[in-house]
Amino acid sequence: MDTWVKWMWLIPALPLVAAGVTALLPRRARAGSAALAIGSLVVSLVLSGAAFIETVGQAGVRQTVRVPWFVFGPGEEGVLWLGWVLDPLSASMLVMVSGVGLLIFLYSLGYMAKDPNFTRFFCFLSLFAGAMLGLVMSNSLVGLFICWELVGLASYLLIGFWFHKPEAAAAARKAFITTRVGDLAFLLGLVWLYGSTGTQLFYEGGQGCLEGPALQRVVMETALWGWSASQWIGLLLFIGAVGKSGQLPLHVWLPDAMEGPTPVSALIHAATMVAAGVFLMARVFPLLQAGSDDGGTAVLTVMAWVGALTAVFAASVAVAQTDIKRILAYSTISQLGYMMLGLATGGVAVGMFHLLTHAFFKALLFLGAGSVIHGCHDEQDIRRMGGLRKWMPVTFLTYTVGMLALAGFPVLFSGFWSKEEILHAAHAWPVSTVPFWLALAGVFLTAFYMTRQVVLVFGGQGPRHAGAGEGSHPPHESPPVMTVPLVVLAAFSVLLGFVGTPAWPWIQSYLEGATVSVDWGRLFSGELWGLAALSVVGVLGGMGLGLWLYGRVTGSAGEFQEPLTALPAGLYPALRDKFWVDEIYGWTVISWLRTVAHWCDRLDRWVWNGMVQAVALLTEAMAVLTRVTDEGVVNAGFDGACGGLRRQGRRLSLWNNGRVQRSLAFMAAAVAVLVTWWVWGGNGR
Amino acid sequence: MNGFPWLTCLTLVPLLGGVGLVCGMAGRDRMARLVAWFVWGISAFLVLALGTIVDLRAGTLQAVERHAWVPTLGVTYHVGVDGLGWVLLLLTVVVSGLALLAGRTIRERVHVFHGLTLALMATLFGTFTALNFVHWFLFWELSLIPAFFLVRLWGGPQRHTASIQFFLFTLAGSVAMLLGFLVVLLGTGELDFPELARLAREGALWPAVWKHWNGWVQSPQGLALVVMVLVLAGLAVKIPMMPLHTWLPSTYSEAATPVTMLLTGAMSKMGVYGLVRIILPVFQEPLRQAWPWLMGLALWTVVAAACAALAQRDLKRMLAYSSVNHLGYCLLAVFALGAAGSGDQGAVHQGAALNGLVLQMFNHGLTAATLFWCVGLLEERSGGLRGLDDFGGLRAAAPVFCGLTGVAAFASLGLPGLNGFVGEFLIFRGVFALVPWGAVLAAPGLLVTAVFLLRMLQRVFHGPVQPVCGSWCDLTGRERLALALPVAGMFVLGLWPQVLLQFTQPWAIQLLGFLGV
Repeated sequence: MDTWVKWMWLIPALPLVAAGVTALLPRRARAGSAALAIGSLVVSLVLSGAAFIETVGQAGVRQTVRVPWFVFGPGEEGVLWLGWVLDPLSASMLVMVSGVGLLIFLYSLGYMAKDPNFTRFFCFLSLFAGAMLGLVMSNSLVGLFICWELVGLASYLLIGFWFHKPEAAAAARKAFITTRVGDLAFLLGLVWLYGSTGTQLFYEGGQGCLEGPALQRVVMETALWGWSASQWIGLLLFIGAVGKSGQLPLHVWLPDAMEGPTPVSALIHAATMVAAGVFLMARVFPLLQAGSDDGGTAVLTVMAWVGALTAVFAASVAVAQTDIKRILAYSTISQLGYMMLGLATGGVAVGMFHLLTHAFFKALLFLGAGSVIHGCHDEQDIRRMGGLRKWMPVTFLTYTVGMLALAGFPVLFSGFWSKEEILHAAHAWPVSTVPFWLALAGVFLTAFYMTRQVVLVFGGQGPRHAGAGEGSHPPHESPPVMTVPLVVLAAFSVLLGFVGTPAWPWIQSYLEGATVSVDWGRLFSGELWGLAALSVVGVLGGMGLGLWLYGRVTGSAGEFQEPLTALPAGLYPALRDKFWVDEIYGWTVISWLRTVAHWCDRLDRWVWNGMVQAVALLTEAMAVLTRVTDEGVVNAGFDGACGGLRRQGRRLSLWNNGRVQRSLAFMAAAVAVLVTWWVWGGNGR
Repeated sequence: MNGFPWLTCLTLVPLLGGVGLVCGMAGRDRMARLVAWFVWGISAFLVLALGTIVDLRAGTLQAVERHAWVPTLGVTYHVGVDGLGWVLLLLTVVVSGLALLAGRTIRERVHVFHGLTLALMATLFGTFTALNFVHWFLFWELSLIPAFFLVRLWGGPQRHTASIQFFLFTLAGSVAMLLGFLVVLLGTGELDFPELARLAREGALWPAVWKHWNGWVQSPQGLALVVMVLVLAGLAVKIPMMPLHTWLPSTYSEAATPVTMLLTGAMSKMGVYGLVRIILPVFQEPLRQAWPWLMGLALWTVVAAACAALAQRDLKRMLAYSSVNHLGYCLLAVFALGAAGSGDQGAVHQGAALNGLVLQMFNHGLTAATLFWCVGLLEERSGGLRGLDDFGGLRAAAPVFCGLTGVAAFASLGLPGLNGFVGEFLIFRGVFALVPWGAVLAAPGLLVTAVFLLRMLQRVFHGPVQPVCGSWCDLTGRERLALALPVAGMFVLGLWPQVLLQFTQPWAIQLLGFLGV
């Protein structure tokens, strides 16, 4: 089986090649592009499945392959290696990404059927799939970073897919730039780790950067504020993850990213790419944990707090949104916060379990929302929907499954089990219990906003918006190509929970490389249900409140009145306007940057250029001065002297006019004078 | 030592071709273009042949020719090529080829344009191969003549002012550099770079010079510092390093597109080349003292240029500042090497910085030239418009043009998979290990670059279709092919950087060994 790992590069390479080929295809090659994209992903899924099966049998075995990319320095350390790793973490992600990806590709066939840029869409989707698959199986931090940037590019291209819409173009740019803030921290963490340990391969037979000696080195290296280098590197990488996974305070791009087509939101901005941040943290977990026995390192503490705050912040904002996709976007942010919290407090398995279950039910919800939008003729405002269960039964049923899974409805749904794990881990966290209570509040809010959404969209008698009502275009159920993926995802949203229950925690032990046994007793232990009771109360309370508040609203006729306006003063506007984070950024960072840019330009134009111009002017003034002195003093003096000389000469020349008599007369006179002076003059000699 | 004079031939071919074109091809435009391409082809062939004939992987100077010229003044005719020089020769060929392709739009004095382009190419060849100061300086100055006329004869309304500013600014820098080298010459009687570098490594150079100028500066170190500042001034103008850059925005935006491509793609590399070839080995001692200050200037260049680019509304000015920003990373790498310590790890870090800076030079040449070309096409097809706010929705009308420009823009902002990333990554890899704060403070430059390039894509290509873009026709088949060439190059270099690194890596090891790491 050793040789099989060597061919794993095909998993990301096939979709990437498909993307490259599709990029060169003409716009009319619709069938070809879709066939290429889906065909390549099917093969990737099969290969990922094979990889997954191989890891199932052998717990704790990790196979790696490395290939040199280029050489930049002397010796072994001067070679930049890329490579991939086959372990439970990468295998489970590979299956999830290619599986969910394939369903969404199929769904897109229906959703994008009428789009003129259909070919381009599948090109970008393939690019994304290839980069994402490369990201999860990379054994090299540089390779992971490369794929990380490429999924960011795919996200940029797909958010701005309808580029004629100014909002879409702006959202695409915002997404790329906001995540790039995090990416720069990632890059610095990467070069730090690489520089300090001399390698950026994660695992390499004991020599990788996540293995003993290298970790020892970064733990020993002390950097700023007495933190060890491992903590700083972990923090920098975490900032990268904050950007990608939409955590506070870099979450602002994710709701705007909903401008992209809905399959994109489902694939990139819910199931896979945004979870890449969590995945990165899971991948480098040994680094985060290094140097501490109880796991309570500084960077994990930061992670837990950021995750918990994000979870409750985003959930509260989701409560007051009206766009069906934006609610889900805030919900995604909130759930990613749960994953971070779980990872920080409970380790890799806890965070990753929620990541995997969330991928399925959130993809389901987004695709369901896409089906609703499709059926309502591009209506996205939940206040104008209503009663859709009559027209869209399949969408309604599957959406309800997704909603219950997300809300964490007890026992039957996967979200319950993965969320319980996180709550348990947070409760057992030695540093503080506040994150646990925040997470619990988030559970209540999640149940509430999801109930609100489902009741408003599917409940009631019929659409509250006249245009989308019983008129010429009644809502309609989506074609099978769209509903079948919904059903499959719904099935997974339920079933996936059963591989992670306390009775049979298969997935946790799979990820941790341990063996597992079935023990029904654990399912009924008081320790489990003591905490679970709290969250069940939260879920039921949230759902009950939602049903009560919005059931009345949908029952009554007339204009929709938001019951939340009755909240204490100022709270509802704050929730509705997302706590003005975007505006605050506009007033601060963005306007500061604009000012700095303005001043750099000013400085250039007036100060530096001014100095050059001043030197030029000075030189010119010197030139003028020289000219004036030249012409007025030197030249004039010279000319004057010459003129005088000439005049004198002319006068003198009058004497030499060749008249002998006058000359003789003068000579005679001179002789006379001389003789006179000689005879009578002198000193009386 | 003196084998077949490859390098002399390489310099002579385009020089003679250029002079011939300027003198003898008036009025025969078609013929002039053909001849120019023919001469370019020979030069390209010579450069590629040189790469296979001589052993660049040895890391030492190859194809060396050395003849006495003015022995009393220490002037020799001394040329040679190593990995660094060869990569820059290749870049010169590539960029001049692109400029000739873009020169299709030049309609008047065609023979002069082509002749001057070839002449500029010849002077660049000369600069990148000369190993004696006088010889090198000769080409350094000669390059100004074709460049001056290229800027002056074609381009925007302000080109006369711009060309004079460009010329005088560069000349002033050169004078400073000449003075610096005169100080060295009178002290040692030596002007060969390898010889000076050897003296400097032995620690004999500055005491000898100081002895000659006794009493003028207090210590050999002080004198070395003064001379380095003089030489650096000449190089810094050309690169340019802030605050000696003010000639650049107006020159780049006023000159005709192919000329700007030549200036930014190839000519700006003369300065960085000088830093690596002269400052690093000959001035290693003063560099060890002055690097924090110089690092500060480099950081200023990186960040302030990016911010200034963000404030521009004229796309060419924006790209001009972006050019300054990108070369700032090269400065960063060079000055970080000044801080280098020694040890096994040190060699890896410095190798990363050195190789990264050579890659960055090549990548910037390719990418910046392509981006200027794209803006030139934009300007040409919309009747001289090139403001950030003049367009909108162009992607609907011209998807191919926008796609290719988009690739170039992403290459410029350092997207992995395209060429820009590898150079910048290696520079950050090296600089962070050598001078952590330098890398941290330079990182915002990367962010701001992304901001203004994406803003360009957003304003020009996206959004509702503006009237000026509605009637825009996409690139013709030939233009597509022409523009696809550099874009393909970006992919090749991004995915397979080893193609250049195999030549620069041995050179870098050699240089680091020489510097005593």
